[in-house]
Amino acid sequence: MIDQKHYNFAFLDENSKREIRRSLLKAVAIPGYQVPFGSRELPIGRGWGTGGIQITLSVIGKEDVLKVIDQGSDDSVNAVNIKKFVSACTGVEITTDSEAASIIQTRHRIPEIPLKKEQILVLQVPTPEPLRIVEPREAVTKKMHAEGEYSPMWLTLYEDLLRCGKIGISAEYPVLVENRYIMNPSPIPRYDTPKLNDSDCLYLFGAGREKKIYAIPPHTRVMPLEFDDIPFETENFTGKRCHLCGAEGVYLDELTDEETGAKYYECSDTGYCAKRREQGCRP
Amino acid sequence: MAYVAVKGGEAAIEQSLKLLDEVYQSNGRLEVQTILTDMPLLTDKVMSEAGMYAPEYAALALKQSKGSVEEAVFLLRAYRSTLKRDYYSLPADCKDMRIMRRISAAFKDIPGEQILGASFDYAHRLLDFSLSEEKGKQAAVTAAQETAADIYCGRVDELLQADGILKQPEKDDTQPYDITTHVLTFPAPRSARLQTMARSEAGFLEGVAYSAMRGYGAVHPTVSELRSGYVDIMIPYPLEAGEAICIGAVNVTEVEALWPVHEETKEEFDKIRLSGGYGCVIGNNETKAIAMSIADASLNTTGNTPSQDEEFVLTHGDCLEMQGFISHLKLPHYVTFQSKLDRVRE
Repeated sequence: MIDQKHYNFAFLDENSKREIRRSLLKAVAIPGYQVPFGSRELPIGRGWGTGGIQITLSVIGKEDVLKVIDQGSDDSVNAVNIKKFVSACTGVEITTDSEAASIIQTRHRIPEIPLKKEQILVLQVPTPEPLRIVEPREAVTKKMHAEGEYSPMWLTLYEDLLRCGKIGISAEYPVLVENRYIMNPSPIPRYDTPKLNDSDCLYLFGAGREKKIYAIPPHTRVMPLEFDDIPFETENFTGKRCHLCGAEGVYLDELTDEETGAKYYECSDTGYCAKRREQGCRP
Repeated sequence: MAYVAVKGGEAAIEQSLKLLDEVYQSNGRLEVQTILTDMPLLTDKVMSEAGMYAPEYAALALKQSKGSVEEAVFLLRAYRSTLKRDYYSLPADCKDMRIMRRISAAFKDIPGEQILGASFDYAHRLLDFSLSEEKGKQAAVTAAQETAADIYCGRVDELLQADGILKQPEKDDTQPYDITTHVLTFPAPRSARLQTMARSEAGFLEGVAYSAMRGYGAVHPTVSELRSGYVDIMIPYPLEAGEAICIGAVNVTEVEALWPVHEETKEEFDKIRLSGGYGCVIGNNETKAIAMSIADASLNTTGNTPSQDEEFVLTHGDCLEMQGFISHLKLPHYVTFQSKLDRVRE
């Protein structure tokens, strides 16, 4: 624990945390709408997950159990660093088991095991504005959202189709929330996008540098932008499986054998992979 | 080091932090007090970009950050987040500044006189090798320093206001926008614009101003007045309505820059008046203060250059935000890269 004489529980002062919780309530009330908030500076790099961390710090209590992942991994340097920080200023229990956690903070992934209704997934967001790819000015994108004027976005997707025969957006695929707001789901792979729809858990998104908070409450309709005749596609891992636990149909990390140069794969979700191996799953 | 070893992130970080202490070993001789007295311009820069006036903490942050300015700014900003905000100060008028230096480029002579003060402006920048031999010494306070009277004087623009050729800004007594607790909206209130630029990274703001002067914009102003010194900060006295108490003084640099603007009239020709750009920053940061006044002026003009685009200027100059977002590219991105590969390989 960091010294409690100089620092409050969960680092931020109570008024700041309350302010952030109010923004969260508004975000939950208007799914997919980006709520501006007075983003505070943290001891962790702005652009390194400070939006997510501020949410976590604002909602966390002493009884919570926290899991932090980056790229799906519990042991990634960034995940470790964030865990270390939250743990140092709260003393809460840390887990790698996604089913045991009450709050999961993540960067770029949603865990493989579907989350339950009492769980909160906090996503770190670099660019909250989905329309940024078509319009650099905030004053204009705000208006576009207000008016539901999303044609430049559709046009971009269509131009992609004409030029490349497919929509080129890889991760961070824009979604339409409850048929109202286009939302940036944060840079999760397309594989994770469908998990946002009609989920049991609460998704909270925090962009610290851009000072925005947004949310997807449970059982919200969240659809990737797609044309009637061109279905949305997720990443293709057909025929590939995890070399540790044998899992198929999950998001895989691609690795290269140093000696043979051969490619092999392993689960991006390390907690899931470990759990499977505990249960005796082998390749 | 494997970036994301299946196990090992934690151990790697620990070793990295250990190495940081080992590689940048301190000989323990640099005291915070020494940074404060010997590197005041550096602590000023850190305070200015942190938006926090705390010389001792700025010096401490510099010591801790091994001299990295962005790290020091980072430390102060993060610390600032932990502090409860008890009150807002009352508006302080730099007219009441206890002046250390004050110059005007607009007039040869000004009421209250030009006061060159301590400045590198007219120094010959010759590397002084005798300093490498210098040993510790006590700063001496002369009798003249102790007994000298404080200097206060009116602003240069008062001369022009009396002439009626200065465009008067509209009186605005709305509560200032607090950019540390609110998100900027555009067009930004003027108070938000000025706060943002006051905290801006000096190099960024100077680049914006330089571009506006060189031709990517239209402002090449005259510095009506540059003054630096100490301004008392007052807060409402909680026990007595209408009373105020002084909680200390801050060292700031203030600049007013002038350039001619056309004002439409009902008559045949436009009227030309002088308009102002305003800069005010923590500490002795003269180039930044002038740059701020130019950027402020430039944002009042219309055109397609970066220095005329309010959103561009106000959203890309924060030290923490630019440092943070650029350096976040060092974080692992292999999940999204895998997704990119999927699109490229298909």
